[in-house]
Amino acid sequence: MERKISKLVLRKDTPQKNCGVFNRKIKVLVAKPGLDGHDRGAKVVARALRDAGMEIIYTGLHQTPEMIAEAAIQEDVDVVALSILSGAHMTIFPKVQALLKEKGAGHILISGGGIIPKEDMEELEKKGIGKLFGPGTSTEEIITYLKSNVNLQERV
Amino acid sequence: MQKKEAIDNLINRLFSGDRLAAARIMTLIENQSRHGASILSKLHPKTGRSYRLGITGPPGAGKSSLVEKLALEARKSNFSVGIIAVDPSSPFSGGAFLGDRIRMQNVTQDSGVFMRSMATRGSLGGLARTTQEVADVLDAFGKDLIFIETVGVGQSELDVVNAVDTTVVVLVPESGGGIQAMKAGLMEIANIFAVNKSDRPGSMELASEVEEVLNLNPENKNWRVPVTRCSCLEGWGYEEIFKEILAHREQVISSGIFKEKRLLQAEEKIKELVKASFEEEIWGNLENRKTLKKMAGQISEGKLDPFTAAGKFISKIKFSAEKKGSE
Repeated sequence: MERKISKLVLRKDTPQKNCGVFNRKIKVLVAKPGLDGHDRGAKVVARALRDAGMEIIYTGLHQTPEMIAEAAIQEDVDVVALSILSGAHMTIFPKVQALLKEKGAGHILISGGGIIPKEDMEELEKKGIGKLFGPGTSTEEIITYLKSNVNLQERV
Repeated sequence: MQKKEAIDNLINRLFSGDRLAAARIMTLIENQSRHGASILSKLHPKTGRSYRLGITGPPGAGKSSLVEKLALEARKSNFSVGIIAVDPSSPFSGGAFLGDRIRMQNVTQDSGVFMRSMATRGSLGGLARTTQEVADVLDAFGKDLIFIETVGVGQSELDVVNAVDTTVVVLVPESGGGIQAMKAGLMEIANIFAVNKSDRPGSMELASEVEEVLNLNPENKNWRVPVTRCSCLEGWGYEEIFKEILAHREQVISSGIFKEKRLLQAEEKIKELVKASFEEEIWGNLENRKTLKKMAGQISEGKLDPFTAAGKFISKIKFSAEKKGSE
């Protein structure tokens, strides 16, 4: 059945039956934990993800792991993306991961980026953190990664 | 069947105060899952208690900041609080940047507050299509006061009026003077005006001009729309706004408007659902879609006009209800 409906009118013309599939958006919480106040990278990524059709919840600066985990729960996001330039990545990523697991949201993909040495990235990935991206990464790469690693099945 | 059990489990968890379950149910509603209707009908007996507040105004007026301050006041008075903040979806990519949490850092940590961001997903009235239903979920979750913050509006995105019991319109000193206040639309829907950013020059003038216009012909004799000034930056004025909200709430409940509004909302809801299921019934039928295609072709060839076509179409509609019933 041919059904070429532009995004602009999709909401109106899709029969309700199919809405569960079509209305599913990838939701990403973009947060800046800790004390560093440089959020240009986070904003560039957030903007690129928005333009890729995702819904971004941006929390702003100076977030504690508790704030991030709680926001992720309330917003029921698919991805928590952290931008860390301060060197605290080895503390913050595992902390957020532990808090999410504790609250029953271990399914959320944790990703992010910043100034993170390669060895640390590898170590964090071994602990179950998703891919981390360093300076110079193209936004396309991040979009592709998220699109292929978020399960779009309806979660109950 | 398994999914049904999982959903019942989710609903029970919501009733016992599980925030993750509440959030998941909101997602299902927002995504217009086909389980949405059955979820909402199961939540319905527990709804109808909460009081709903709409916060609206132009972009950048400080709606989110004011919601934070008002929510803090509400918590001081021991209300449990739900917040829904709506931001626009891109009409091009379908994506959205939801930034209202940034301004609400001081309340989102409180376990008595549940805050949810929503993207409009193509809806044009200042709210998302399912904002009211998500508010119903917060209602069933036991929240006393539900703040609904609209997208930054122009003069005519006024869906919020039907969704809430008290509407606060947030302006800034630069919002224009008395002539703007004379215009129809946004300026008509306020039960309370808040001139935010009143640390800036011009706030007094704006407030008195708005007040003057309101005095030209007061519509409701029981409620005189207050024009308040506040500054979220300097941290003053919102205690008064919250007091006005409580006063208005008192009036809305005692005058029966609260009940009347729910009656109207129920009526609208039934109409909407009937319309949606009719549409689904009609356009879900292959025969009807074929007729539509054929007629559209005739119109583009100049053999038919849309008005005659619609009339003809209605007389030809095929329903597949009998077939469905036998399944």
